[in-house]
Amino acid sequence: MDNDIISDPKRQSKRDFLKYIFIGGFTAFVASIIYPIIAYLKPPKVKDVEVSSVKVGKISEIPNDSGMIFKFGNKPGILIHTPEGEFRAFNAICTHLDCTVQYKQDMQIIWCACHNGKYDLHGRNIAGPPPRPLDPFKVIIQGEEIFVSKIG
Amino acid sequence: MKNNSIGRIYNWFDERIHFEYILNLAAKKYVPVHSHSIWYYFGGVTLFLFIIQVITGILLLLYYKGSEDLAFESIQFIMTKVEFGWLIRSIHSWAANLMILAAFIHMFSVFFTKAYRKPREIIWLTGMLMFFLALGFGFSGYLLPWNELAFFATKVGTDIAGVIPIIGKPIVEFLRGGEDVTGATLSRFFGFHVAIMPAIFTILLGIHLVLVQIQGMSEPIGLEGKPVNEKKTMPFFPNFLLRDLLFWLIVINIIAILAVLFPWELGIKADPFAPAPAGIKPEWYFMFMFQTLKYIPAQVLFIDGEVIGILLFGFAGLMWTLVPFWDRKTARGEKNRFINYLGIFAIIFIILLTILGWFS
Repeated sequence: MDNDIISDPKRQSKRDFLKYIFIGGFTAFVASIIYPIIAYLKPPKVKDVEVSSVKVGKISEIPNDSGMIFKFGNKPGILIHTPEGEFRAFNAICTHLDCTVQYKQDMQIIWCACHNGKYDLHGRNIAGPPPRPLDPFKVIIQGEEIFVSKIG
Repeated sequence: MKNNSIGRIYNWFDERIHFEYILNLAAKKYVPVHSHSIWYYFGGVTLFLFIIQVITGILLLLYYKGSEDLAFESIQFIMTKVEFGWLIRSIHSWAANLMILAAFIHMFSVFFTKAYRKPREIIWLTGMLMFFLALGFGFSGYLLPWNELAFFATKVGTDIAGVIPIIGKPIVEFLRGGEDVTGATLSRFFGFHVAIMPAIFTILLGIHLVLVQIQGMSEPIGLEGKPVNEKKTMPFFPNFLLRDLLFWLIVINIIAILAVLFPWELGIKADPFAPAPAGIKPEWYFMFMFQTLKYIPAQVLFIDGEVIGILLFGFAGLMWTLVPFWDRKTARGEKNRFINYLGIFAIIFIILLTILGWFS
């Protein structure tokens, strides 16, 4: 008798209808739990501190043939005082894998210690794994003071 | 029936738990004895080291503070002010490394003896997932002291994930909790390390251990056909368990010696505005991958070398994990030398590149 009920096409379509309602409802239920969790895991966009120019220091603080790291917003920058007496500034984040570069006095290059990446004093990648040059900043000297600003 | 007070307490529990049932199970468990039996001990010792990690981890949790401003100082406090704090932390660090070593040995022994074959595919799969989780424990735990080496190692390690096509960038952001490695990354890694990963690990470990009980210890292929009365076995309880415990005792002594004579260093506090220090290296178990990436040219056929490296390692890891499903020869009960050669190649590759990385 049970078989008769199941094989009755009307009953069958009713059964299918309930099945789809149930599966659909259950899927929606699960999705309504999963979605907020996934959305929660995605970190919200925090506004970067918008900086276009920073004061790095005084000329007397940075001797010839040396470099220093400064804060440009919340990213590190590097200011180089070349042996010839010029000031140049770059974004200090190595273009390879995100390490922070430094001035290497004995070779007169900008050097990344993580994977031995080398840049010349114009920020051009000359050896090692870095794929691109360092992004340059503009150096402005007003009297004794050194300012660094974004280009453009 | 015992009638003294201890006996009464025993009886009270026995009526509810039925110790006989459990003892019967233990009495029926036999461990095969053959020339490769020694490898049976490495699963147990990995479990033992995991238990040490749970205990010392919980102890560290009582003083550790997972924030950018306090993490380094709180570990300093543990190392210098808290009684035996230096010991607990050193044990946690050393046992972590030994656990990964033990897991490596356990995994390779199962691979070479083809113990992953039917009916133990799920045991192998859960084991591999736990192995990857163990590497994740290592990577996330490494950052928690918030020192300079860990900070830059995490920058590099997470940046590498970014080279994966399409999903790379969202993965990096998910791992870092933002675009850069910051205090947000530390909070995240702390959460992964002490809550999310232990929870998943415990479930996998439960499945792994229950299935080992159901299926019993795997025997080498040559031994399987032998009649039962020609096979040598050893009762698990107490014979094998006592040998297990002896090995654990030796391991805990090794850890104590290492922790006392070579306490884990803390280094200097991470400064996001300092140049990366020279000689940053990943932990030894990531070294072979890191070193391989160095040898791949920057560009191979217009594709970044690192992309190729990551995809190759990803593919190799996936194939390794799925070995019970493509090794048809072993499944048919035939010898498969290819598996042996593959395993030997993997071991030589890992050891060679680790040494090269260590001295570079």
